[in-house]
Amino acid sequence: MDLTVTSNDWMDGNYILMKLTGGTTPLPTMKPGQFAELKIEGSPSTYLRRPISINYVDREHNELWLLIQMVGDGTRKLGELKKGDSLNMVLPLGNGFGMPDDNDKQKKLLLVGGGVGLAPMLMLGAELKNAGYSPIYLIGARNKAALLEMDEFKKIGAVYTTTEDGSDGEKGFVTNHSLLQKEKFDKIYVCGPTPMMKAVASYAKQSGTECEVSLENKMACGLGACLCCVTETKEGNKCVCSEGPVFNINELTWQI
Amino acid sequence: MKNPVMTASGTFGYGKEYADFVDLSQIGGIIVKGTTLNKREGNPYPRLAETPSGMLNAVGLQNKGVDYFVQHIYPEIKDIDSQMVVNVSGASVEDYCTTAERIDTLDRIPAIELNISCPNVKQGGMTFGTSCASVENVVGAVRKVYHKTLIVKLTPNVTDIAEIAKAAEAAGADSVSLINTVMGMAIDAERRKPLLSTITGGLSGACVKPIALRMVWQVAKAVQIPIVGLGGIMNATDAVEFLLAGATAVEIGTANFIDPAITVKVVNGINDYLERHNYKSVKDIIGALEV
Repeated sequence: MDLTVTSNDWMDGNYILMKLTGGTTPLPTMKPGQFAELKIEGSPSTYLRRPISINYVDREHNELWLLIQMVGDGTRKLGELKKGDSLNMVLPLGNGFGMPDDNDKQKKLLLVGGGVGLAPMLMLGAELKNAGYSPIYLIGARNKAALLEMDEFKKIGAVYTTTEDGSDGEKGFVTNHSLLQKEKFDKIYVCGPTPMMKAVASYAKQSGTECEVSLENKMACGLGACLCCVTETKEGNKCVCSEGPVFNINELTWQI
Repeated sequence: MKNPVMTASGTFGYGKEYADFVDLSQIGGIIVKGTTLNKREGNPYPRLAETPSGMLNAVGLQNKGVDYFVQHIYPEIKDIDSQMVVNVSGASVEDYCTTAERIDTLDRIPAIELNISCPNVKQGGMTFGTSCASVENVVGAVRKVYHKTLIVKLTPNVTDIAEIAKAAEAAGADSVSLINTVMGMAIDAERRKPLLSTITGGLSGACVKPIALRMVWQVAKAVQIPIVGLGGIMNATDAVEFLLAGATAVEIGTANFIDPAITVKVVNGINDYLERHNYKSVKDIIGALEV
């Protein structure tokens, strides 16, 4: 579908928060952890769509939020879009995060985001909060400026941070945060760089905590047709685009 | 076929993956994912590298084998109102024959596309399609056991594709489809590493269209059987070009990744072209290139 940009704001010089409206067409139902495949115009080196996770859906304003890191020419073209520009996307794609499988609202849920991997955690936390849970955030970034959308996260739940340079929160990586030593969680959701996700998955495995990770493999079709984006699982190769991007760590063959 | 537009194997899954985006009954034919005798896990990740106006893939024929197809997938797709064609691959002549025999028993599969051109498997695949003798051997063997329409998919990675096409025709092929992907490679200079786990892979997308058109043109002059043209078709104009070069039908591949509804847009675009030029039928433009 074609959406119209309502705002496109640069953050920390390397990220954009793009808000788009469906106009008179209501946005489709979307689950946290799902993604959209964006059609990039005007970039000769960009041939395929770009998978971007859904940051948040503002139903009141019929607005989709996308938090995008500038990586190459394709994403930079997205950074140039202005209010009123049109952007074609296929959405929603993928399975999304799993809600806790019982109704014990006291369950302690930790949402871990690293770098731009914090993007889907905003919508996930909001949905968990709406469902009556009290999600807790642990967010890691290079430095204070790269901790994006902090005001939004704080509206949802407690936010703990780590930065590599110590400019905010505890210095180091999310896995070093004292919260993980002090608290025992019932479920951990993670999205971020693969080494970070593996480190958190390892912590979860050792502490016997259920854990879901959101993978980001290079993909083409986004629909489970081309089989390019597979990840190895205990049941053989699975498509990250259609059978993921969210996997329970017990499904994966990670050496953790 | 209700129109000359089909989907290329490996780019459209089993059709059902695209059902939310496009009316499958408006597509002339759907060629489903490459099927082999036994289950294949395919190649390790990464299997994809984006290149200028195209992409390289190294999927390696991941599929669950023909028995799984017959038992589990066929029941799900047999009622799709399009010509459902199965792409068949193998590591040996016996593999091809056994797989083709099983597909032969399926009422709603009117044709197979014999894939003797996959560049991404260590055994078989493209090696069957690069010499006239081996093409005649495998096509002839399958022809003996398979009784419906036999399309043979050719590789562009040969010196003279017209000779290969003639060999397929002589061995009993009802049609040839071309081109499969062009062998290519991509490198990450910063890391000094290949971008694909298999180092080399198959190039597809808009960048291969001139090669594909040239080969369709050459083959059209060499054989009497119908040609299915594919390679980099991104829109209806591209499809018309293949028809003019001598193809009777076309397949859309990589373009499905960029626009999941492209097939029907191409069908409509071809009709617009015919109307605009006062042609009554698509038959009127097959091989109608003026040279």
